[in-house]
Amino acid sequence: MKRLLFLLLLLPGLALAALGDFDTPQQEARFRDLSQQLRCLVCQGQSIADSNAELANDLKREVRRMILEGRSDGEIKEFMVARYGDFVLFKPPVKGSTYLLWFGPFGLLLGGFFTWFMLARRRQADVTAGELSASERERLARVLNQDSRGDA
Amino acid sequence: MRKALIPLIIFAALTVLLAVGLTLNPTTVPSPLIGKPLPAFTAPQLHDPEQSLSSDDIKGKVSVLNVFASWCIPCRQEHPYLAALAQRGIAPIYGLSYKDKREDARAWLARFGDLYQGIAYDLEGRVGLDLGVYGVPETFILDRHGVVRYKHVGPVDATALNEVIVPWIERLQREG
Repeated sequence: MKRLLFLLLLLPGLALAALGDFDTPQQEARFRDLSQQLRCLVCQGQSIADSNAELANDLKREVRRMILEGRSDGEIKEFMVARYGDFVLFKPPVKGSTYLLWFGPFGLLLGGFFTWFMLARRRQADVTAGELSASERERLARVLNQDSRGDA
Repeated sequence: MRKALIPLIIFAALTVLLAVGLTLNPTTVPSPLIGKPLPAFTAPQLHDPEQSLSSDDIKGKVSVLNVFASWCIPCRQEHPYLAALAQRGIAPIYGLSYKDKREDARAWLARFGDLYQGIAYDLEGRVGLDLGVYGVPETFILDRHGVVRYKHVGPVDATALNEVIVPWIERLQREG
């Protein structure tokens, strides 16, 4: 059992390790970093670093090739976006079609605060709604009297 | 009275939003290729490695490019519908044999029928990568300038064929 668990722990490492070496540790670090940021399109919840799907391995191979060719992180991401769209990035860029995604939650929060503020103000307004009129006072006294008599 | 309606309106709006969300397919990723020319490629033909098929060969006519593989089960499922499309002869269908052994792909075609005008052979999936293929089968519809106008992900069935693919082809042909 213990041995099995140990082997399972090794699995994510294997997904990355199968890809050959880099010239420098910096390149390898960039590779790890980039493959964490790219989504595997077949197994959508996972990054290509975590996935052993064939497509993920292909994309990792491409990332590795481009790193060895000396391309920048931005160029590599552009390459992926040109083929698979923004969806391939775990962190989508801020642009027209993603405003709702980026700012929607803050909008909801503001809306919530606004509603809360309005409700609170109205409640306060109800409390200080002013004095009772003469007839209201009379009615109130009657009701209170009735009540205490009923209780007794 | 009007204020009491507000929660109801919010509820109705949310219901509509979520109902639309439910009908979307989260595994379909919108292709960034729509509206762009088919990425340039040249690949050996499946049946004859000496000859090649390139993206330029597909230009000139409204055409269909279908990515398939012998190991892909849904490809079998869609095959009769593509055959029906080929039978109608309204547009040439090209194939991209994706990550397959040459002999396997050819045996598969011999068994189910070869409906393609030409098949590019993509053993390593390089062409597939440039086309943004992430799952076979995928079907691209190209206008006569070689611009990708529509992409169908997953097997083509009767509904997709009659309600999406054929209307797209006809629309693009009218476009001129």
